[in-house]
Amino acid sequence: MYILFAVISLTALGLALGFMLGAAARYFKVEDNPLVDEIERMMPGSQCGQCGYPGCRPAAEALVAGQAAATLCPPGGKALAEQLANKLSLEIDLAGLKEQAPMVARVSEATCIGCARCFKVCPTDAIVGAPKHIHAVIADACIACGKCVEVCPTECLGMHPVKTTLRNWRWAKPEPMAAGA
Amino acid sequence: MAFPGFKLTWQGRRKIKGGVHLESRKEFTADKPIVSDLLLPERLYLPLQQHAGQPAEPVVRVGDKVLKGQLLAAGQGSISAPVHASTSGTIVALEDFPAPHPSALPAPTFILEPDGEDRWVELGPEADPFGLAPEDICARVDAAGIVGMGGAAFPAAIKLSLGRRTRIRTLLINGGECEPYLSCDDRLMRERAAGIVDGIRIMLHSLGCRHAIVAVEDNKPAALAAMLEAARPHGFIEVAAVPSLYPMGWDKNLIRYLTGKEVPANGRSADVGVLLHNVQTAYAVQQAVRFGRPLIRRVVTVSGGAVAAPRNLEAPLGTLLSELLAYCGHRPDRTVRYVMGGPMMGDRLPHPHVPLIKGACGILALSAGEIQAEDAKPCIRCSRCVTACPVGLLPLEMMSRIRTGQTDAAVGFGLEDCIRCGSCSYVCPSRIPLVHYFKYGQGELMARREAQRKTEETNRLAAEKQRRLERTRQEAAQRKAQAQAAASGGAP
Ligand code: SF4
Ligand code: SF4
Ligand code: SF4
Ligand code: SF4
Repeated sequence: MYILFAVISLTALGLALGFMLGAAARYFKVEDNPLVDEIERMMPGSQCGQCGYPGCRPAAEALVAGQAAATLCPPGGKALAEQLANKLSLEIDLAGLKEQAPMVARVSEATCIGCARCFKVCPTDAIVGAPKHIHAVIADACIACGKCVEVCPTECLGMHPVKTTLRNWRWAKPEPMAAGA
Repeated sequence: MAFPGFKLTWQGRRKIKGGVHLESRKEFTADKPIVSDLLLPERLYLPLQQHAGQPAEPVVRVGDKVLKGQLLAAGQGSISAPVHASTSGTIVALEDFPAPHPSALPAPTFILEPDGEDRWVELGPEADPFGLAPEDICARVDAAGIVGMGGAAFPAAIKLSLGRRTRIRTLLINGGECEPYLSCDDRLMRERAAGIVDGIRIMLHSLGCRHAIVAVEDNKPAALAAMLEAARPHGFIEVAAVPSLYPMGWDKNLIRYLTGKEVPANGRSADVGVLLHNVQTAYAVQQAVRFGRPLIRRVVTVSGGAVAAPRNLEAPLGTLLSELLAYCGHRPDRTVRYVMGGPMMGDRLPHPHVPLIKGACGILALSAGEIQAEDAKPCIRCSRCVTACPVGLLPLEMMSRIRTGQTDAAVGFGLEDCIRCGSCSYVCPSRIPLVHYFKYGQGELMARREAQRKTEETNRLAAEKQRRLERTRQEAAQRKAQAQAAASGGAP
C-alpha cells in the first residue's frame, strides 16, 4: 500500500514540476535575436566545439556580436564561410581561404574492441555497431568533429581525407593568370 | 550574302544568338566509309554506369558464360539503363576500372573475355513496330539500354515516355554534329538513312506525334541528300539544313531556329512541345524495336593530328579507346591531349586506357598544333566572349567573380545557365580558360548544394540524438525515483 502511494505521489510530483518548468520556460523566455536563430540553423548543429565555443548556438551568438570570424567553423568549410559572410555582410578574403580537404572518421577493423565509447560521443549518431562488435562510421553522417578519435582507447579511429570518387569529383580551379588581371 | 542573317530570315528561320565559326576538320574522316568488321579485342570493359542516373545492377556473376546481347546488369531506380554483353564470352571479373571521365577515376566494370564465336543470345521475336502499342515500344527501347548517343547519355526510353505524357508536337532529330572532327552521324546518315528514317517513324508512332524535323548542318550536303531521299515517301518527316555555326546542335538553338519557339531558361524542350533525339539514337531505336537488338555497338569518330589513318569505326562497346586509336595508326609520341567526344564540349582524358561507352561520339588524339595554348593573359575587356556566348551571358564578369571566390555573384550573372560550350574560351584573345572557370564554378555550386543537404541531414541526426539522450535521462530519473520510493516504502 505504502509503495503504491509513494509511486503515485512521486509521479504526480514529477509531472507537476515538469509542467512548471515548461511553463516557466515559456513565460520567462528571453527575447532571442532572430538573427542568432537563423545563423544557428546554418551551422552544422552538431555542437562539436571545434570553433572554440561550447556549441553551435554560442558560436552563432559570437558571430552576431562580431566576436568571431566567418571562417570559424571547420566542418562548415568554405561554403558556410561564404554564406555567413554574406548574411552578416562581413568582408572575408575567400580567394585566400584555403579549403582544407574534407575529412571523415574511419574505424580500423583490426584493432576495434567494440567498447562503444565512440558511439556515445558522436553527435550525429554516425557510428553504428553493437557493443563488443566492430564499429563502423557512416561517412554520409560524419561531420568530422573528431570526438570519437579522442575517446577511442585503441587508437583505431582516425580521421582520413574523404575519398574522391566519380560522384564527388569536381573541376579544379584554373591556375591564376599572369600578373595583374 | 553580305549579311549572314539575311539568308536566315529569308528562309523564315529565326536568328540564333552568339556562336562561333570553327574550323571543321571533318574532312579527315567524312569521306571514308564506316569500318564495322574490327577484330574483337582480347578483353572488353563494360562499366555499370554508361548513362545519366543510377548505375545498373549486375545480374550475372564472375565466371558466367554469356552470349552476345545478353543482359549483364539491369537498370535500377527511376533513371537508369541496362548493360548488355557486346559479344559472347566469359565474365572474368567485376572490378574497379578507370572510367572514361576527365578524372579517369575507377568505377565498377564488367571484364568480358570474348570466346571468338560472337554468338547471339536468342533475341525476342521480330515485330512490326507499327502494330505495337506505344508503351511496348518504350519498354523495348528501355530493355535495349538505349541512351542519348550524342553525348548526354540520358536514357532514351524515359524521354519517350515523358514525351507521351506532355504532348509532343515535333520530334526533332539532331544530325547537326556541330563540333569539329566528328563525322560519325554524317556517315551514318549517308550509309544508313533508311534505318534512321525507320527509327524516326517508330519514335513518332510511340509518341503519337505526326511531325518530325531532321536537322543537318549545311556543310554535309551528302548526308542531307541521303536523308531527303529516304524521307521522301513520308511527308511528315521534314529534312532541314541548318547553318554550320557552333553550337548549332545545342537543343535550345535548334528549337529556336527551326520552330521559332523559345525554351524557358530553366525549362525543358518538352515544355514547348518538342522532343530532341540524336540520329544515332534513332538508328539504335530501329535496331531495338524492329530486330530486338540491344545497344552493344556504336559508330565513333577516331581522329586528330596524332592519328595517321583517322576514320569512323563501328566498334563494340567496352573496347579500350587505346585499341581503337591503335587501329587507326595512333602516334602516342605526338599526342598532347586525349579527348572523348568533340574538342569543344568533350571530356579531356588523362590517358586512353578507358572503355568505349554508349555516349562517346569521338575519340581524339590531338597534336600540339591543334590545341589552344594555355598562357592566359589579363582580360582586355574586348567583349568578344559576350558576342560569342549563345546563351547571352557575360563570361568576363562571371570569370572575374569566380576567380575571386564570389560564386554567388557569378550565379547572379547566370553561371547556372552556362552550357559549358566553350565558345567564349575559343574567341578570347587573352586565352583565358573561361569555360574551365565555369566548370569549376558549377562544380562548386554542386558541392555546396551537397554540403547543404548534408548539413540538414546531420542537424536532424544531432537533434534526434539530443532527444534520445533526454529521453533516456528522464527514464533513468524516473526509474531511480521509483526505486527510491520502493525502497522507502518497503521499510516500514
Ligand atoms: S568525427 Fe567521429 S564523433 Fe565526429 S561526427 Fe564523425 S564519427 Fe561522429
Ligand atoms: S572507441 Fe574505438 S575501440 Fe571502441 S568501439 Fe569505437 S572504434 Fe572500436
Ligand atoms: S574575350 Fe577574353 S579578353 Fe575579351 S572580354 Fe572576354 S575574357 Fe576579356
Ligand atoms: S561556355 Fe558558357 S559562358 Fe562561355 S559561351 Fe558557352 S554558355 Fe556562354
